[in-house]
Parts: sequence; C-alpha cells; structure tokens
Amino acid sequence: MAVFVATDVESAVQRLDDRPDSVVLAGGTDLMVEVNDGRLRPSPDADVVAVNRVAELRSWRHDSAAATVTIGAAVTYSEMLDEPLATLAPALAEAARTVGSPQIRNAGTLGGNLGTCSPAGDGLPVLAALDASVEIASVAGRRSVAVLDLMKGPKRTTLEPGDLIVSFTLPVVDGWQGYAKVGVRNAMVIAIASTCLVLDRQRQRVGLALGSVGPTVLRVPAAETKFAAALDWRTMTAERDAVQAFGDGAAQTAAPIDDHRSSAEYRRHAIGVLTRRLAARGLDTAGRAA
Amino acid sequence: MTVLDAPSAIRPGTLGDSVLRPDGTAKVQGSFEFCSDLNAEGCVWGATLRSPHPYARIRSIDVSAAWRVPGVLAVITADDVPGQANYGLIVPDQPVFAADVVRYVGEPIAAVAGDDPEVCRRALAAIEVDYDVLEPLIDAEAALDPNTPAIHPDGNVISSQPVIHGDRDATGDVVVEATYEVGMQDQAFLGLEAALAIPDPGGRGLEVYVATQWMHEDRRQMADCLGLDPESVRLVLGGVGGAFGAREDISLQIHTSLLALRLGRPVRMAYDRAESFLGHVHRHPATMWMRHHATADGQLVKVESRMVFDGGAYASTSEAVLLNAVTQAPGPYRCPNAVIEGHAVRTNHLPCGAMRGFGVVQVCFAHESQMDKLADACGVDPWELRLQNAMHTGDTTITGQVVHNVAPVEECLRATAALPLPDEPVGGHPRADGSADVMKTPGGAGRTTDASDVVRGIGWGVSMKNLMYSAGFDDYSTARCRLADGVVTLKFATVEVGQGFVTLAGQIARSVLGVDDVVLGRIDTQVGSAGSTSASRQTWMSGGAVAAACRAVRDRLFLHVAEQHDVDPGQLEIDGTDVRDEASGWRIPVVDASAGVDIDETVEYRHPATEPLDENGQGDCHVGFVFVAHRAVVDVDPELGLVKVVQIATAQDVGRALNPLSITGQIEGGVAQGLGLAVMEEIIQTDGIIRNGNFTDYLLPTFLDMPDVVATLIEQPDPLAPLGAKGVGEPPTISSTPAIVAAIRDALRQVDGVGRPLDRVPVRPADICLPARASASSTTG
Ligand SMILES: Cc1cc2nc3c(=O)[nH]c(=O)nc-3n(C[C@H](O)[C@H](O)[C@H](O)COP(=O)(O)OP(=O)(O)OC[C@H]3O[C@@H](n4cnc5c(N)ncnc54)[C@H](O)[C@@H]3O)c2cc1C
Repeated sequence: MAVFVATDVESAVQRLDDRPDSVVLAGGTDLMVEVNDGRLRPSPDADVVAVNRVAELRSWRHDSAAATVTIGAAVTYSEMLDEPLATLAPALAEAARTVGSPQIRNAGTLGGNLGTCSPAGDGLPVLAALDASVEIASVAGRRSVAVLDLMKGPKRTTLEPGDLIVSFTLPVVDGWQGYAKVGVRNAMVIAIASTCLVLDRQRQRVGLALGSVGPTVLRVPAAETKFAAALDWRTMTAERDAVQAFGDGAAQTAAPIDDHRSSAEYRRHAIGVLTRRLAARGLDTAGRAA
Repeated sequence: MTVLDAPSAIRPGTLGDSVLRPDGTAKVQGSFEFCSDLNAEGCVWGATLRSPHPYARIRSIDVSAAWRVPGVLAVITADDVPGQANYGLIVPDQPVFAADVVRYVGEPIAAVAGDDPEVCRRALAAIEVDYDVLEPLIDAEAALDPNTPAIHPDGNVISSQPVIHGDRDATGDVVVEATYEVGMQDQAFLGLEAALAIPDPGGRGLEVYVATQWMHEDRRQMADCLGLDPESVRLVLGGVGGAFGAREDISLQIHTSLLALRLGRPVRMAYDRAESFLGHVHRHPATMWMRHHATADGQLVKVESRMVFDGGAYASTSEAVLLNAVTQAPGPYRCPNAVIEGHAVRTNHLPCGAMRGFGVVQVCFAHESQMDKLADACGVDPWELRLQNAMHTGDTTITGQVVHNVAPVEECLRATAALPLPDEPVGGHPRADGSADVMKTPGGAGRTTDASDVVRGIGWGVSMKNLMYSAGFDDYSTARCRLADGVVTLKFATVEVGQGFVTLAGQIARSVLGVDDVVLGRIDTQVGSAGSTSASRQTWMSGGAVAAACRAVRDRLFLHVAEQHDVDPGQLEIDGTDVRDEASGWRIPVVDASAGVDIDETVEYRHPATEPLDENGQGDCHVGFVFVAHRAVVDVDPELGLVKVVQIATAQDVGRALNPLSITGQIEGGVAQGLGLAVMEEIIQTDGIIRNGNFTDYLLPTFLDMPDVVATLIEQPDPLAPLGAKGVGEPPTISSTPAIVAAIRDALRQVDGVGRPLDRVPVRPADICLPARASASSTTG
C-alpha cells in the first residue's frame, strides 16, 4: 500500500484506474475513523489517493453570468465559512458551521461528505435543496450528475470504482436559504434531524431537503409545490396555515427510524418544527429585504 | 467562573494559596507523559479478546490459529492464570478470563501478545470461541425474583439493605410520590486505560506502571491472581488522565502482568475508546420509588423509598454504592422517620461500580425532585422548603448517626441565593454586529431556535455526601516525610488522578515545616497504602497523613534546635520560614536549623472509626458529610425539547479552602459531569448490547454546553478534619443534575401551567416536547 499524493485530476483518476481497490483520501475525518475502528483495511494491492493537493479540488469559483458557484470537492468547511463564499452559499455556510469542531471543519470536505453519504451528512441537505450538480471524473472522462441522483442509501452512492468527485455546482439564489439541525448537544453533534430550505424568488421555487430522517437525504416535492403556490412571492409572505401545512407535509414525508440517537417519533416532530421555523425565518428576512 | 471570596495574604506555596499544578503546563501543551506513552526496551504489545454476547456458555476456545499469526508471542486464557481465578474489590466474583460462561458484552476471554498492535488484532480475530448463546437477564426487577435463574454462582442479588428509622407508621398531612430513573453514565476520562509490566529477571516478580486509583488494592488483587506475594508485585503510578471511579476496579493490570511474566519481557497494553467503554465499570442505573410525608406547612415527617440498582454482571462496589444510597436517601434534611429498602442486583449489563458521587447521585436526583413536588403540594417556595428542613450540626441522620461535622446546609442555601442571576437575556447578548449569538440559545450551532422560542427556568438542588470509606472499613493513609538541609522530601502512594494532591502535599509541608523546597517522591508501592483516590477522601486522609508526618518531623526538629540552642522545645513554633521561640521571640530560619540534620518519619493516619449497619440499617456508618447547594438557570425550547444551561450558581461547604484554584477546577468539572447526566450522557444497551460506546454517540458536554459557573466557598473549618478541610470532588456533580432538571420543569410549567414530570435522567428532547415518553431509545433503566 502506498499513499499517492495527486496534484491534478488526471493523475488521480489514472491511479484509481491502475490500482482498482484504491481509496480516495480528502480530509480523512470519515476515512480514518473507519480505519481506526477496523472497518476499513486498505488492501495491500491498493493505494490511498490523497486529493488535498489537487488545485481544482481545493478551489471554488463564482460564475456571475450563470449565477452559479462551483466548489471544489476538497474545499473545507472552514473555507465555506469564509467570505465571499459564505454570502454566495449562505445555507452551506450555516451547515458548515454545524459540522464537528474547528479541527474537523479545518479538514473535512464536501466531497468526503458525499463520498460517505451518511443520511446525517450536514452538507447534503443543502446540496439537495439547491438541486446542485456534481462533476465526476474518471479515466473515461468527466460527467455531471444531479447530487440527488448520486445518493442511493445510507452510506451508498452510485459512484463507480475509479470515480473522483471534482466539484459541486450550485445556483446563487435570489431569495432566502437556511439550514437548521437538531442534535442533543449544542455543538459537535451528529444530526438527529435537519432541514434546508431555499426560497428562490426568481424562479418562484421552494426547495426543502431533510436529513437524518430517511435512508438518504429526502426532498419534499408535494409540500414544496403547495407552499410555493401559497406564497406571495412579491411580498414574501404566507398565511400561518400555509406554513403549518408545509411543516406537516415535511413531517409526513420524513421516513425516520428509531435508533440509539433518537426515536422516529421525535425525529418526525422535529422536522415539522424546523420546517415551520425556517419558513418563518425566510419569510421574515426575505420580506424585510424586499 | 468566579470564586467570590478572595483569600487574604498567604505565604506563597502554603495552605490557602492557589498554587499551580506542577503538571498543568505539560498537560496543556501535550507533553505530559500519560501511562499510555510509556515504553521499555524490548517491549511488546498485549491485547484482549472480549465476548460479543451478553450471556453465553463457552463450549470451546480454540487458540491454535492465533498462534500461527506471524509475530504472535503469547496467547493466554483462564487456564494460564496461576493464582486465584477471580478478582473483585469487595468479593472476588469476576473471572480474570471467562472460562465457561460470559456474562456481559466485553467480558475478557483471552489475551495475546505480539510484536505490534496489528499482529495482536489479527491474532484475536483468529481465536475461535464456540458459544451457546443464552437469553440475557436485563431486567433488574426480574433479577430480584427468586424464580429467575441465577446468572452467577453467587446469585442475582448482590446486596439488599433496609434502613428503618423512627416511627415506621408515621404519616404526614401532605404526601407526594413518584418513581425516578437514572441512566448508566460513563466516567469518560480522557486518558485511556494503559499499563506497562516489566518482569524481574527470573520471573518471580514484576514492576507494573499503571494508571489507577488505589495502588495497594490493585497489588493485592493482582498478587492473588498471579500467585505471587504482594511484595513481589511493585506498582508505579503511570500518568493518569482522569479517573472518576472508573479506575478503582482492575481492568488490564492482571492481563498485562500475566503476559509479561509468561514472556519474560516487558508488555504494554492500552485500550482504545471502544474498549474502554467495555473495560471499566460505570455508574449504576437505578429505579427509585420515593414517597415523602410532610406536615401541611412542609416539615418532613417521613421518607419511604424502594430502590433497585442495576449492578451489571459482577459485584464490584455495588454493596457500598447501595449503602451510600439508602443511608442518604432523604438528602441533607432533618427526617425523623424513614422506611427505605434498597437492592443491588446482577444482570447481564455492563458491570457497574464507582463513579463520582457513588450512589448519592442517584438518590439525590430522586430526593430533590421530591422536595420540589412537596414544595408544590404545600404551596411553599422550593428554596424556602429546603431551608425549613435543612440539616444542622447535631442533627441525626436516618441511620441514627449524629452529624458532628460542620453542616452548613442553611449557609449553602443562603449564599447560593445571594449569588447574582445571569445578566444575559434569553438568547444571550447579541454579537458585535447586532446579530443573534446562536451559541447562546438551545440547539446552539444547529440554529434551531430563536430567542422567541425560549422559556427560562430556575431550579434548585441540594445534597449531602459522605466522605471516606464507611461501615467499619479500616481506612487509612500513609505518608513519609524527610527533612534534610532545609529540603523536604515527601513519599506517599496517594494516586494523583488530576485532583491535585501533588499540589496540596507540598503546600502542607511548607505550612507545617516552614520550608520552601519540597520534593515529591515517585508515587509507588514502596511505601504504605494511601487508600483510594475516591470518596472525596485524599485531602482529608492523605492530607492528614502528610500533615502528621510533617508534624512528627517538626517535633524532632524542635528537639534538635532545643538541644543546639538551649531553648525549651515545648516553646518552639514555626513562624513563616523560621523556627521561633514563643517565650523569647528568638528565631532561626528552618533552612539553618535543619542544616546537617536528616529527619525521617512515616505516619499512618486513620479517621475516626465507623461501624457497620445493623439489620435495620442503623449505626454510625459514615465518617462525615459534606454539603452543597446548586441553583440552575436553564433556557428551554419547549417545542423542540432542547436546552441551554445558562448558569450554575453554587455555594459549597469546603471546611477550609486549602487551594481555591484547585477547588474551582473541581467545581467546574463536577458541574460539567452533572450537566452531562442531566441532559445527555447515557450508555444505551439494547438486549445487553452497548449501542453507543464511542464519543460520536456517547455525548459529553463541550465548552459550548457549559454554563457560566458562579461559586462561593463556605469556609467553616471542620473540627473532625485534620486540616479543617473537607473533600470537594464529588459535591459539584451530585446536585447540579437535579437543579438543572428542576429548572427545565420550571420553564415547562410556565408554558402551560402543568409542565412535565421529567422523572428520568438524562432528560431527552422527546421527554420535554412529546406527549408520551419516547419508547425507542433506552432500555438500560
Ligand atoms: C469528530 C467528528 C465530528 C464530525 N461531525 C460531523 C458533523 O457534524 N456533520 C457531518 O456531516 N459530518 C461530521 N463528521 C464526518 C466528516 O467530518 C464529514 O463527513 C466530512 O465531510 C468528511 O470529509 P473528509 O474530507 O474528511 O472525507 P474523507 O474521510 O477523506 O473521505 C470520506 C469518504 O469519501 C471518499 N472521498 C473523499 N473525497 C472524495 C472525492 N473527491 N471523490 C470521491 N470520493 C471521495 C473517501 O474515499 C471516503 O470514502 C464528523 C467526523 C468526526 C471525526
């Protein structure tokens, strides 16, 4: 086993192709936990392909014409908290702030979050609510896929061996977006329920994604459409009943389980509360801004 | 945190000064050598095979494949234990290695030694154990039923202890009752279990470096199982990273020693976090029914209780934990009548034993919840009710013991109430840019909660805790003091787990002997026992021993000075750093007076004797008591069930503050541990299988969960204590938990006028915000 420190995407995917059982290492905050717990033993015939020196993965860019921001897979949570990125992707910054401790935020990346694909991954509801796309590279070339299509189940993605996550592209939204997460501690905690809400004024579109209440991150299409219809997009206001129904719809869509972190009943309840609170925050803030 | 009572002018380094820890900087900088950092020439690694089943018969163990793993040097099982097969602090009921039955998940079955940890891991995986899996006993109440098959030859009931006091038929005008539960808490020390064993040439003895709490007791149990004389087993304290009770029992000491003796070369063992959760005892989960009787105006008439403590698979200290619980069931209040029944039982859960507060934590959550219920039923303010019932010096406990200690419960209550409430509004002060500081609201970084979602509550908790070992135990501590040329060398086996005796010992010597230079000898078994660093006992016990040894040296120094200078030794005293003749005012610096002398004294200190309880649980079973009051201010998000503890105010009975900074550390740390039990810390087991044995899911409070702690120390020197000082380690943990829960109840009651019972800790979000108790998660209770 060797550690291959890649400096560009091409050499990284070449190495992944040459040595098929190799694993990608970004911040290592998931991977090393697996190794230390004995759940992952890199095979002797495979390599660790470290991607932290790949400039394309370590940087982000704003395309103002397209109104998108493209964030490299190895950009850290701490960097997502820095301006101007935090203003371009505010919900992502809020989600990043909830991740782990400063040490974890300095190392952990969005690519690793998706690579692990835990239903509790804090970056994932944001990517899902924004309909972000992900660029994937392999020796066969590059392709772009909707993040939602990539997340298959708990710790399962549709990534193929040899695939490298290069970057995420998300819209810079005119409107409000926010993230909220419940855990039984006020910081450094795995989500037992989380929500990301996006109110896109220009497209008059509502995006709501739920974390930790299903096998993978869930969207809530019916409730989103209903709430979008009930919203007065000009004044950014809604009837109290509409907000209530939005929360109820989210709670009904949630498919939580009972485990040692929480009961399903509480998770469902929390989704309803968080959805209503985010909606209230969004309407309040967006309304004032108008 | 602020300690409001500032000490007056004190000679630096002596009693009363906030002397800094000698190892503080090293710990902060990461250079402190913990036991797990130790190594020796030619040292190899050891590792332990553990049971995956809570209860199973072992049909066979086949280690042959493990021997074939390259790099494996030794594989041992129960057959390789030369001495006693079992060990235990009170009764030897726990096998060094399970031979025919495993009784909890994590029970050791075999150990291996190899060139490195990876070799050991492979060897463990290669051992084949054939189990006949049995139905585990996980219900503590069922364990009490004589019809339940015994899971251990000693039976399922570890200990039963009644306390019947006064008129058992007495009744009150007002009666309140409820059943309370406490979940299993982990000590979660940061420095994991580790040992390094170095065999003597010839293999008839060994030296063991270990992070423990009581070296001589370890040595006794190790020698029994190793088949060696205790003198052949020499223990040296390795750097300890916290203990909180979890190092009182044997963990890897015997395994490491067996491997080292077998191989004739040094062996080191170190647990990781997952193994640590399985490798030490935990706080007992308990179910406690309590019924309080009072007069219409709130004077306690009688307390009834039935409590069941789940001891897990082996006895450990369950009997002593239960004794503390039943004898202090009413808390720090005058209670003329009591009918208490307590049981500690065996189940196939993780073994339980010592943890900070030792039985009193559990009953304190129950009795303080009851005092609030009583206050409510009598229409009296909760603080007033406590004041009205507060115990005083000279009062009698429910075992018929007169409290001769200073018992400043009333002072603790009044001083706590006088501490300022937080000036922070709900949701905290806004940040510099005017935005809300989310870290100050329930939910914190998760941004779940706005200030408008929050209700603030206030709650009280008061507690008493016995100090030292009880019920007739011969409890003593040994210290040796040597004075030569103005330098004092102290030697003791008092384990330093972070509590600060390494600081205090020097302070005592400087005060008693008037020296500045104090050298501490290595902490090992080359001197008599100091007893355990637990039960808030070392300041009193080893402090007493060091003081007595220093005084013995001082008396001999006075004789020497008297002889040299023709003065009356009876008139000499230490004044600052001088020996002074009281009669003439003549003085000589201690440094000069001790030039050329070499005085060496070893002293054993014993506390006043205690006695076992009689069949009704009556007797002078405890040495003394310490008291504390806590007031919690908690912000609650009732809809999501999340909390932020805003402030803990506390006045603690310390007797005399020998090192205020050190006390501050104990108070803050203890509050953190009490907060953990109140709202997040619990080991969850399902059908006897631990579900959260890691720090991802066993949640400890972080800095962002910690409240502001405002403390004041009640200094009334205790005439029974050698230095006037009481132990301070346990009280901060004990009643901070019920105070926090009371504050949450107070907040919830403001919402709907009814509130929630919250009769179980840790309180989970669902307990606060959902109609019925969430059924899913915990099955430990
Ligand atoms: C103490 C602690 C606290 C944590 N708290 C949180 C939290 O609050 N919220 C949260 O969401 N997570 C948390 N995590 C988990 C972890 O930090 C995140 O999932 C993080 O995003 C992982 O990123 P990484 O760069 O460290 O990934 P790594 O560990 O390097 O990789 C994770 C997985 O993704 C794969 N991978 C990484 N990069 C790529 C790529 N470019 N292409 C293809 N595959 C890739 C790896 O092969 C591996 O399978 C925590 C972890 C720890 C240890």
